[in-house]
Amino acid sequence: MQNEVMFAGFGGQGIMLMGKILAHAAMEQGLEVAWIPSYGPEMRGGTAYCTVVVNERPIGSPIIRNPRHLVAMNRPSLEKFAPMVKTGGVILINSSLIDIGAGRTDVDALNVPVNEIAAEIGAAKAANIVALAAFVSRSHIVDFELMREAVKNEFAAKAKFIPLNMKAVDRGAEIAQA
Amino acid sequence: MGKVLMKGNEAIAEAAIRAGCLNYFAYPITPQSEVAEYLAKRMPEVDGVFLQGESEVAVGYMIFGASACGARVMTTSSSPGVSLMGEAISYITAAQCPAVFVNIMRGGPGLGGILPSQADYFQATKGGGHGDYRLLVMAPASVQEAVEMMMEAFPLAEKYRNPVMLVGDGLIGQMMEPVEFPDNLSIPATNKDAWATNGMDTRKSDKRNLVKTLYLNPEELNAHNLLLKAKYERMKQEAVKYEPYNLDSAYQVLIVSYGTMSRVCKTAIDMLKDEGIEVGMVRPQTLFPFPEQAIFEAAACESCKVALSVEMSMGQMIEDVERCIKGRLPVKWHGKCGGDVPTPEEVIDAVKRLIAEY
Repeated sequence: MQNEVMFAGFGGQGIMLMGKILAHAAMEQGLEVAWIPSYGPEMRGGTAYCTVVVNERPIGSPIIRNPRHLVAMNRPSLEKFAPMVKTGGVILINSSLIDIGAGRTDVDALNVPVNEIAAEIGAAKAANIVALAAFVSRSHIVDFELMREAVKNEFAAKAKFIPLNMKAVDRGAEIAQA
Repeated sequence: MGKVLMKGNEAIAEAAIRAGCLNYFAYPITPQSEVAEYLAKRMPEVDGVFLQGESEVAVGYMIFGASACGARVMTTSSSPGVSLMGEAISYITAAQCPAVFVNIMRGGPGLGGILPSQADYFQATKGGGHGDYRLLVMAPASVQEAVEMMMEAFPLAEKYRNPVMLVGDGLIGQMMEPVEFPDNLSIPATNKDAWATNGMDTRKSDKRNLVKTLYLNPEELNAHNLLLKAKYERMKQEAVKYEPYNLDSAYQVLIVSYGTMSRVCKTAIDMLKDEGIEVGMVRPQTLFPFPEQAIFEAAACESCKVALSVEMSMGQMIEDVERCIKGRLPVKWHGKCGGDVPTPEEVIDAVKRLIAEY
């Protein structure tokens, strides 16, 4: 079955990186995967988003208008993309910055204050990793441990950041299961 | 080596190095700038050269110069930049020098936009520069295929002593997919001593090589053009590549589509199949030479009532599709050209409208 997730927020929130780490984990799991960035003018100041498509079979269209899941890191992203999510999908809402709900009853809406959690563990910049871990833990889109390895891999060249990011991964998973 | 996750632009860059291209000249432009970014870092590691030209016009002639000297050479650009190279491309084909050009296409005309497009079909396959010339044009539909085509592009350019152009819409450059680079990486250097201005000392010959494009004598110029024409005819015989899709069904509609657009069509074809509607597709992997015979034969299928050219341009490839089908079927167009890639649902609607009509 094909699964798609859209990561959306504003430039600087590590949106592209979340998608890339997920894509990496999917590849390690032996799945077909495509990571599609938005590279239009919206990257400069407005909403930035990327889509990751995961499938057991070769991926046809990389253009997805209705993703199965959404990770919304800011309010404009949630407002723009929540109506497009397929029924039954996960919508992760960064409740640190978003004070509204998904406005849907047919999805699994998950509120996670990712910025506060990241600040608590002393890694304000790892808010995206908290969100990614919470999302993967809830959606099971890829194997959670492979996602953890992909996070480690991403920071291989800056090994001193790995322990904090591992904390971010653990906290994200805890809150998603709470 | 196993699979790695790479952007199309980076994979194209790495594939060029693995194909033995150690000379890269370019000028940055969205959506292909990652090629230059990647090779600026990577070329010094392999004792290669990356030089940023002062403009695409200059880059075109840097390619010509290096190629005339027998170097394996490449540039990458995007639509407006390729327009600026048009003059040099014409000269390089006239001089019969091998080179690889990559166009990661963006919307036009003019500055247009930076999002995916296939609006340079005419530019790539019919000209762009002046005079009677052709480029061998390859069009990948995935990052993996872009790598494979890059590995083929250099030997083909050298075989035909003609530039090869790889065209990808912006998405092919920007998308990340897992890729595997072939294990056997070395492409042997072809013997260029017969024509390259590589120095009489290096080739231990007393014959002087001359690379030129000026033929003032009409008979001589006509003979030169006939020689080029014979070469393009040879490409048509030898170098056509395409992928058939669902052509073993009793399809009612024949789609012709390439690049990212063809993947969208594949998804649409699969979804239509679930509804009991059969649609076949020929996906050209080379745009010149065009899969003329394959399309002609696919159009002969008894159940097929209409052909549909799906392209991210306002109807360019459709002219070649019509030419191949020779009036056997009505040929229609579906496309968009602002940077939005048509969705599978849009293709399905277009197909259903045609089925209702024919």
